[in-house]
Amino acid sequence: MDLHHDAVIYMDNNATTRIAPEVLEAMMPYLADYYGNPSSMHTFGGQVGQALAKARRQVASLLGADPEEITFTSCGTESDSTAILSALQTYPEKRHVVTTRVEHPAIKNLCENLDRLTGHKHRVTRLKVAADGTLDLNEYAEALTEDTAIVSVMWANNETGVIFPIERMARMARERGILFHTDAVQAVGKVPINLKELDIDFLSLSGHKLHAPKGVGVLYVRRGTMFVPFLTGGHQEKGRRGGTENVASIVALGRACDLAAEKMEDENTRVKALRDKLEEGLLAAVPKSMLNGHKTDRLPNTSNISFEFVEGEAILLHMNRYNICASSGSACTSGSLEPSHVLRAMGVPFTAAHGSIRFSLSTYNTEAEVDFVLEKMPGIIESLRQMSPFWKGN
Amino acid sequence: MWEYTDLVKEHFLNPRNVGEVENASGTGDVGSLACGDALKLTIKVDENGVITDAKFKTFGCASAIASSSALTEMVKGMTLDEAAKITNEDIADFLGGLPKEKMHCSVMGREALEAAIADYRGMALPMAEGEIVCECFGVTDLEIIRAINESNLRSVEEITNFTKAGGGCGKCEDRLREILQQTVSGSKLEWIKPMEKPKRMTTLQKIKKIEEVLEREIRPGLRKDGGDIELLDVDGDFVSVSLRGACKSCSKSQTTIKEYVEKKLRELVLDTLIVEEN
Repeated sequence: MDLHHDAVIYMDNNATTRIAPEVLEAMMPYLADYYGNPSSMHTFGGQVGQALAKARRQVASLLGADPEEITFTSCGTESDSTAILSALQTYPEKRHVVTTRVEHPAIKNLCENLDRLTGHKHRVTRLKVAADGTLDLNEYAEALTEDTAIVSVMWANNETGVIFPIERMARMARERGILFHTDAVQAVGKVPINLKELDIDFLSLSGHKLHAPKGVGVLYVRRGTMFVPFLTGGHQEKGRRGGTENVASIVALGRACDLAAEKMEDENTRVKALRDKLEEGLLAAVPKSMLNGHKTDRLPNTSNISFEFVEGEAILLHMNRYNICASSGSACTSGSLEPSHVLRAMGVPFTAAHGSIRFSLSTYNTEAEVDFVLEKMPGIIESLRQMSPFWKGN
Repeated sequence: MWEYTDLVKEHFLNPRNVGEVENASGTGDVGSLACGDALKLTIKVDENGVITDAKFKTFGCASAIASSSALTEMVKGMTLDEAAKITNEDIADFLGGLPKEKMHCSVMGREALEAAIADYRGMALPMAEGEIVCECFGVTDLEIIRAINESNLRSVEEITNFTKAGGGCGKCEDRLREILQQTVSGSKLEWIKPMEKPKRMTTLQKIKKIEEVLEREIRPGLRKDGGDIELLDVDGDFVSVSLRGACKSCSKSQTTIKEYVEKKLRELVLDTLIVEEN
């Protein structure tokens, strides 16, 4: 199989990110030379334990947490499952979960299978979103009951980038004695987070969305929160997560967190300006195009745009020709001809939902790349529209 | 990413015969925007019944566009009788094959061709004369039976892959299974009867079953008290309903939902269902 990476214009960073060169450099010795087991008694292994401790401090520092509140996992999905199932086991008499209609499948599908996983019946309230993808806090307040064990709301949506008011929502849960979990996979590194000042009990993050490798994640558990492990086994992670540590990737994630703190300013200024240029340019150059999601309550790197009367997969494959990488909410496969559950929950009409493209930038994107995409996209959409029986001209 | 053949990619990136034939002899219009794909085929036929020109306009994914392009290339120079014999398999073969989830794209091509020929001949579409089975995509029993026979389909999922029938709300799934059984037994193949109550159900099966139980078991009781219930959505195990009439203002509505509706649905449909009021 031919692999190629030359001159790829990568605007699919909400799917995954490139490993930062500094991160790769930091992790390599733990793949090559320092292969000891951190649990071993000898110095050769023990020194690896010190590298883990450093990574834990680095992650904690980015989140405003204590190192002991950080547990390393294998991915965001594991962190999400661990948090929710722990909460339900520590409050077995509570049988209600509050979440949203636009969660990542890691939470969405977990909540649909709670009864099977716990052996108990559960009620799940899934909060609606408005047309711009935002939540109604009154509906949220009404959903919280004495029976509610945990609330799980993503910090920022992966498809639209819309940011939810997590600070307020966590406080409202805390005031009622309800645990609060947030899937912050997309928000970490883009939104400043200081967990010491927030009422969040559990937070999930994923390495590969943060310029660290795939296969490593973190679950933050607030000190004093009752906890039941998801993976039982050895005493690793203070008994919170069995399984020999993925040392190199954990070291990488630590370094990536340092970098994320350094680059947060860049994400919110330069990257945001690039995103805005791309978005405004596309909306201006392509008639019948529209933004999906709230204009300002949004991640600085994400832009989800619908091009009416054309289909997402066809757009992506034309972009692929120019080595431009992005994603679509369209799913043209029999069996599920319906577009994404997020756009559907927002009530985006079919004419637009089938032709949605998500651009998600990173600190590695350049203005020249944005200019190139702006140069190519109008022609791609125009040529597909010329082919579309529904396109009647501007 | 789909594994498309080089021919599919080539026809997608450089589609032949895009547009509309001027003063077309016949037009075939199939699919819709909501369905996610649509094709408008126009053909020019000369006095000898030969297709001299064919053009297409397609809204859809790469394989829908490639199938349309292939179709126009195939029919040019054919007599109408020859063209009428083209099957969806022929279109897929012309492209070196299509992923099975994308076979409906080739079926759309064949349907458009049939519609264009019927339009030229001033005849009704033979397939349209059947009974509509899938309301979402307007698929008739005749189309389904033909797909089963021509492509040797042996499951409801395959029928959906090829015809899209059942790919929307799914209310027609039982009917598809019935048609499949009848068609297959008619062609002397052994058919194993499916289990009475599947342990796992698709959302589509759930919707149908839930509607049935609501109508038979729940509505009569509610109506006696001047109320009613409407099914809004089924997503996984979550059943979203709305109470109507007297039930709406009743102080016991939560109890009705949980103790009566949810209990019945769990008992008769699936014991993991969770009923929510909206």
